[in-house]
Amino acid sequence: MKTVKIIALVLLVVFVGIQFVPKELNQSKAVPKTDFMLVHNVPKAIQHKLEASCYDCHSNNTAYPWYNKIQPVAWFLEDHVKNGKAALNFSEWGTLSNRRKASKFRSIIKQLEGNKMPLSSYTVIHSNAIFSRVEKQRVIQYITQLKDSLSN
Amino acid sequence: MKKLKITVLIFTLLSLTIVSCKDIKKQEVKEENHSKMNYDNSSEFNKKMDSEDKYSDTKQVMSNYMVLKDALVATDKNEAAKAGNKMVSTLKGFDVEVYSAEEQEELKDIIIDAIEHAEHIAKSEMDHQREHFKTLSKDMIDLIVITGTENTLYQQFCPMYDKGSAWLSMDKEIKNPYYGSKMLTCGKVQNEIN
Repeated sequence: MKTVKIIALVLLVVFVGIQFVPKELNQSKAVPKTDFMLVHNVPKAIQHKLEASCYDCHSNNTAYPWYNKIQPVAWFLEDHVKNGKAALNFSEWGTLSNRRKASKFRSIIKQLEGNKMPLSSYTVIHSNAIFSRVEKQRVIQYITQLKDSLSN
Repeated sequence: MKKLKITVLIFTLLSLTIVSCKDIKKQEVKEENHSKMNYDNSSEFNKKMDSEDKYSDTKQVMSNYMVLKDALVATDKNEAAKAGNKMVSTLKGFDVEVYSAEEQEELKDIIIDAIEHAEHIAKSEMDHQREHFKTLSKDMIDLIVITGTENTLYQQFCPMYDKGSAWLSMDKEIKNPYYGSKMLTCGKVQNEIN
């Protein structure tokens, strides 16, 4: 019984302790000129969908949920955002060459078609991030159009 | 009283661990920068070597690419993944310094793109590997335009896969990497590159 108490105490101390580790937030107020929405003249409906479904992990500005104040949840999210931005960062879209843009367009289309993105662990909480069939079709159509305009 | 002591001790240990973890992270970043510097120095050194060696990186990349292509022809996912991995490391070590500034710019772009596709091939299922192989092939075709090639290469084309897809081969004979045995000889030679 004594050991159980000690373990519980240790866990509690760890939990409290990690709350004091400083967090690095992925947030910036200004929208850079290189942002996807400014590089392309994105229709409003598609803009809203991409921002709601992709921008939390694929841009320099995350709209954090309240539980990001709690560790180790915040670490988990930080890791997600880091990986997401490494694969695709809409805020820095304008810095990519046409070759890189074409590759990213292709990946975006494949991810959506294969229902790989947005991640189910994300849509569980962000239900507005889920793509309806029509939304998915529209976004894929739009991205395909952008991709084809690159190669001409 | 004893309990309190234990608590304080644990808390101190914990904070120390956390602080030292952060330090390790920083150190890693520093080391990374350092190795980058070394890399720059070594490419400076390579520059001085014979121009005959200009082809060596291209040759290496192409030979990895051909292993990958053959694995896809054989529909061998594991071999393709292995070849993809090899290609990543060869591409990362590709020395662009021997080319003109303009060519370097273009080459770096091609290489970054190709690395991404090769990385995906290294960790994907067959159908995904083939998707990425399509873009990787385009990158390689563009690379060869700049670097040239010692061996004759054949640019081949399958009109069926994803609205038409090209690849490179050392043989004139068609062996389709996009379909493998399902449609082994589907395709045509589009271009002979010398």
